[in-house]
Amino acid sequence: MTTKRHKVVELENVVVRFAGDSGDGMQLTGTLFSEAAAVAGNDFATFPDYPAEIRAPQGTVSGVSGFQIHFGHKEIFTSGDLADVLVAMNPAPLKKNLMWVKKGGTIIVDTETFNDKSLEKAGYNENPLTDGSLTEYNVIKAPISSLTKKSCEDLGLDSKMILKSRNMFALGIMFFVFNREFSSADEYFEKKFRANPLIIESNKRILRAGYNFADTIEALSSITYKVEPAKLSKGKYRNITGNIATAWGLLAASEKSGRKLFLGSYPITPATEILQELSIHKSLGAKVLQAEDEIAGIVSSIGASFAGAFAVTSTSGPGLSLKTEAIGLAVMTELPIVIVDVQRAGPSTGMPTKSEQSDLLQALFGRNGEAPVVVLAASSSSNCFYYAYEAGKIAMEHMTPVILLTDGYIANGSEVFRIPKMADLPPINPPIVEAEDLIYRPYLRNPEKLNRSWAIPGTLGLRHRIGGLEKENISGNVSHDPENHQLMCELRAEKVRRVANYIEPQTIFGPKSGDLLVVSWGSTYGVMIEAVKEMQDAGKKVSLAHFHYINPLPNNTEEIFGRFKKIIVPELNLGQFVLYLRMNFQKFRFYQYNKIQGLPFMVMELVDKFNEILEEE
Amino acid sequence: MADGFQEITTLTKEDFTSDQMVKWCPGCGDHAILSSFLKVLPELGVRKQDVVVVSGIGCSSRFPYYVKTYGFHGIHGRAAPLASGIKITNPDLHVWMITGDGDSLAIGGNHFIHLLRRNLDINVMLFNNKIYGLTKGQYSPTTPAGKKTKTSPQGTIEHPFNVGELAIGAQGTFFARTVDNNPKMMGEIMLEAGRHKGTSLIEILQNCVIFFNNVHADVASKETKDENQLFLRHGEPMIFGKENDKGIILRGTNLEVVKIGDHGITEKDLLVHDKYQRDPGIHVMLAKMAPPVFPIVLGVIRSVTDFTFESKMEQIIQYEIETSLIKTVDDLLNSGKTWEI
Repeated sequence: MTTKRHKVVELENVVVRFAGDSGDGMQLTGTLFSEAAAVAGNDFATFPDYPAEIRAPQGTVSGVSGFQIHFGHKEIFTSGDLADVLVAMNPAPLKKNLMWVKKGGTIIVDTETFNDKSLEKAGYNENPLTDGSLTEYNVIKAPISSLTKKSCEDLGLDSKMILKSRNMFALGIMFFVFNREFSSADEYFEKKFRANPLIIESNKRILRAGYNFADTIEALSSITYKVEPAKLSKGKYRNITGNIATAWGLLAASEKSGRKLFLGSYPITPATEILQELSIHKSLGAKVLQAEDEIAGIVSSIGASFAGAFAVTSTSGPGLSLKTEAIGLAVMTELPIVIVDVQRAGPSTGMPTKSEQSDLLQALFGRNGEAPVVVLAASSSSNCFYYAYEAGKIAMEHMTPVILLTDGYIANGSEVFRIPKMADLPPINPPIVEAEDLIYRPYLRNPEKLNRSWAIPGTLGLRHRIGGLEKENISGNVSHDPENHQLMCELRAEKVRRVANYIEPQTIFGPKSGDLLVVSWGSTYGVMIEAVKEMQDAGKKVSLAHFHYINPLPNNTEEIFGRFKKIIVPELNLGQFVLYLRMNFQKFRFYQYNKIQGLPFMVMELVDKFNEILEEE
Repeated sequence: MADGFQEITTLTKEDFTSDQMVKWCPGCGDHAILSSFLKVLPELGVRKQDVVVVSGIGCSSRFPYYVKTYGFHGIHGRAAPLASGIKITNPDLHVWMITGDGDSLAIGGNHFIHLLRRNLDINVMLFNNKIYGLTKGQYSPTTPAGKKTKTSPQGTIEHPFNVGELAIGAQGTFFARTVDNNPKMMGEIMLEAGRHKGTSLIEILQNCVIFFNNVHADVASKETKDENQLFLRHGEPMIFGKENDKGIILRGTNLEVVKIGDHGITEKDLLVHDKYQRDPGIHVMLAKMAPPVFPIVLGVIRSVTDFTFESKMEQIIQYEIETSLIKTVDDLLNSGKTWEI
């Protein structure tokens, strides 16, 4: 690294997208690039974009796998709109991703893959590298395949094997362009290929070959970029995806409450990783049942909850539909349980790997009878940890089912996470009944929260029976008494409503009053913040109220709404939260903005919409 | 634990009798089953606070309300996962699951086979009356082919399940069959099921006086039982009949009824019951025997040992606790790639 650079340009933030065939190792390339960004002290957020098929036909557009990272010196809230740099390993990834590249952005391609056969597979009639269609971009044509082979020719490995590491050549180029250190990638090779020193050596060589290639190419070496460390607060950090953060938040709630974790769950995209992650952590006492179906997943959890575990089930929209009846059972038996719904595009099987916010009404209302539950929504990959913890705390302290909504975008995406200390998390005190408590009655309630108590089988003196039939108030005996039923329905609803007395009030980003309040929930937080910031920087009186507590809503919600002239509710559905708000706050007029393409919002479309509403008479 | 021991040894039927009014129809077989169960519980040698009775939906599933233990009346078909969650969470609990032919073989069929396959140490009593009682008389998965019911006015056109065949096919380690009018036999079998480590399934031939009265009359009535019941005892030859003069032999690959004394057949030629036989072949054949050719087989047909889900789970957890570097959630949060700012 003795080469003299002509010019180093400092950037606030950059978006890089790696794209290849689903077997090209793009997720790994992106992860290693993220780690190097971490070492450099940048803030970042990432998003993997992979096909629903495990190995879709090679070379075709449907088989393209991508990984986007947005890193910066400033605080990063999303994985970015359009890419500054696209690395395309083949023609198909170029075809699929060109629309996501900024005009004037850089595109790095492996020229050797642009042959007739692969161009045809990708659906190109003409070679885009020569037909003039890329003149608006800075295209770097790199002979990645042959240089990769050349760098390892004396190692005695077969060339097919070597070409598998073509992605590391591309990574090397990016390391040069953004002045990255080799250390984190080298560490990875040494750990991963411990048993095979030759593979460690080849990967290191290929990475450096890419780096050196970039150094020798005028178009790349004349300007390189530096993104200064972000101004993150002091502490220990790690990278985390939303699914892992959710799993860990649940484990944290288990440890804090002293209740062993039980997860009953069935594999479903994009929630499976929670099931997999919790299966690993048996050393923390977590018991996991991979159930025979979604119904058994939740029902076994209800059984576990009855037996005294902190019980959880994880799923996605179609699975939540199947769990519907059992959630009603948990409502009736007033047992704590957390249901994690990692939303995906529906209805039915829909688009399993694409994200959407369309399970909100199902979470709120999708049950027979009057069956209120607490509904929370995480808003970023890292705060899945805190809302999973909060879901556990509310479920156990208020003796109620809690549905935690996340979605594929934050579940699979990752971001920088400041590692909390368990000692700093709030206490969780479940209302567990002591042995031989003479006052205990199954449906006797705490006068403030209205929760019943948790009497755990195996405890002397508390034998009792519960079930799905209506309960007589206090005694819990089966009752078909008309007035008792009304009373019990009201008590169950009021219990959930009173959770609002135990949560943080709703906060606003921006001035307390103004011309426009943007009201959002869930994974759109990052893009809302960026859009609202942009409006504020332009002098507009716009603020953001982003909701994490959906049911019950924070007590100060109405008061906040009253301080703004206009309110808009953008959502990745056809208007579910806005319907709920209209139902609850009939005196306000709510504008809505909806997108349902399996894609996140982009900052620019939101800014345009907000301006349009501000200008409307 | 001296107190606990004393407490167990002095328990009686009354310790498990609940104060709730029993609401089954007069003459329903469920009354006798409940009575036998209440007598067996004190004999099992478990603490009263450790017994949990779980059910799904149906007439049989009202059972937990009538037993003074921890109890959970679930939703239709889901008793098996409910019981599984309880047992996995606390393997020290003594879990009984009460279900019926509709609850476990129709809507809960999937859970039922997987419970057996996992071999959780749960005792299952399946009340088989071959009809839907609580919804007033529709056919069930065990209703005999051709039977006219409210939903099969021209006769059913479905092949019924044989409970034993299904359970053994799902790798059940314990299968027994009894009838609701023989309290002594029920008690004996419940006790053995309660002591078996693994999922114990008891099929109880139970009479629905309202919607399928005398459903089991061909094997369970005073007139028919001697000729049409064969009570199996481990290690003993398979003999039945009013005069104890009939037996079962294996000829080729088929079972056959023979008369002792005919054609020189003696007791020594008869099949001897081996409930511990791992190969399920003969057990399935016995479970499928039925009039008019054969007597029906009662008693413990199969009882083999294998590891239980929850004991393996506890072993793995113990091993992980001892060997993993991650002892707390703080350890977990700080594991892997981290950096300081």
